Amino acid sequence: MQYDSKIPIYLQVIKFLKTDIISGQIKCGQKLPSSRELAVTYTINPNTAARVYQELEREGVCYTKRGMGTFVTEDEGVITMLREQMAEEALDVFLKSMSELGISIDEAVELLKQREE
Amino acid sequence: MLESIDVTKKFVGKTAVDGITMQLEPGHIYALLGPNGSGKTTWMKMAAGLIKPTSGQIRYNNQPISIATRNEIAYMSTEPYFYDWMTVGDVGKYYADFFQDFSMERYDYMLEKMDLDKKLKVKSLSSGMMAKLKVAATMARDAKVYMLDEPLNGIDLLARDSVMNMILMAADETKTLLVSSHLVEELESVVDKAIFIKRAQFAGMYDVEALRTEENTSLADKYRQVFSDVEMGGIQ
Repeated sequence: MQYDSKIPIYLQVIKFLKTDIISGQIKCGQKLPSSRELAVTYTINPNTAARVYQELEREGVCYTKRGMGTFVTEDEGVITMLREQMAEEALDVFLKSMSELGISIDEAVELLKQREE
Repeated sequence: MLESIDVTKKFVGKTAVDGITMQLEPGHIYALLGPNGSGKTTWMKMAAGLIKPTSGQIRYNNQPISIATRNEIAYMSTEPYFYDWMTVGDVGKYYADFFQDFSMERYDYMLEKMDLDKKLKVKSLSSGMMAKLKVAATMARDAKVYMLDEPLNGIDLLARDSVMNMILMAADETKTLLVSSHLVEELESVVDKAIFIKRAQFAGMYDVEALRTEENTSLADKYRQVFSDVEMGGIQ
């Protein structure tokens, strides 16, 4: 797994998991690996793995069943919201780079349309 | 808790460890970082009970380091210490004879995961396989503290991944892991605490995610900062 070592690792793993949930690779209501398994799979510290689940729970993306583990929410609404949120973030990054290049939003839209054709 | 209280080790003409005071808690994976010759290995050997401090004391759960604490503290040194005639399977038996807490089941499990054949002769192993074997034998012990001295040295990327996996599989909230390495980048995502040793002295302990969150700094950046004034053999 490749990480940007300047950005908190837990945030990067959260992003990977959210992307998998939005793309349907991880399904609604599906059981997630234990935080120890998560640590091994993503080559991260177990405390970081625990934090990943704490944050995802706080955001309502997953929940813990006592003694059974962590599960993805069954609420499709949460996932739709997640998708919009992540799209916004991706747009922010895109628009920031465009503005650094001196490209206006209108120009950027034009460029995107050209790309589509 | 593993505690180092003003620990100093002097060899003839050289102070290898100079007044190191620090505490290591369970539930964390610590990196022990510093250039060659900064005193990391000497400190680990003292914590393992292989050599004695000139002054000061290392304590584990309030007990001075002794034969008794050796059962709780597993140590892997940098130098290879198996006999040439041994097979990978023999290494397991050898360890089982030495350490009561050695689990053959765990050893076998790790060998399988690491793709190491029990029939292979130690003599015939590549440096990557040797590194995996050393870590597997150490981590198959059911200790409370694991100290690994340079487990990533001289091995390829895939073997490093395997070694990291073994470390992560053993880690839990009751265990203290300490890993020394020159390869700071390799440890970025795995350790949660980093201890710097500079010219035989303690030069700070940091929470690695806090460095990123609060200072926008990676562990490697911090390393460069801390050691910016240490001679690099003429090359800057």
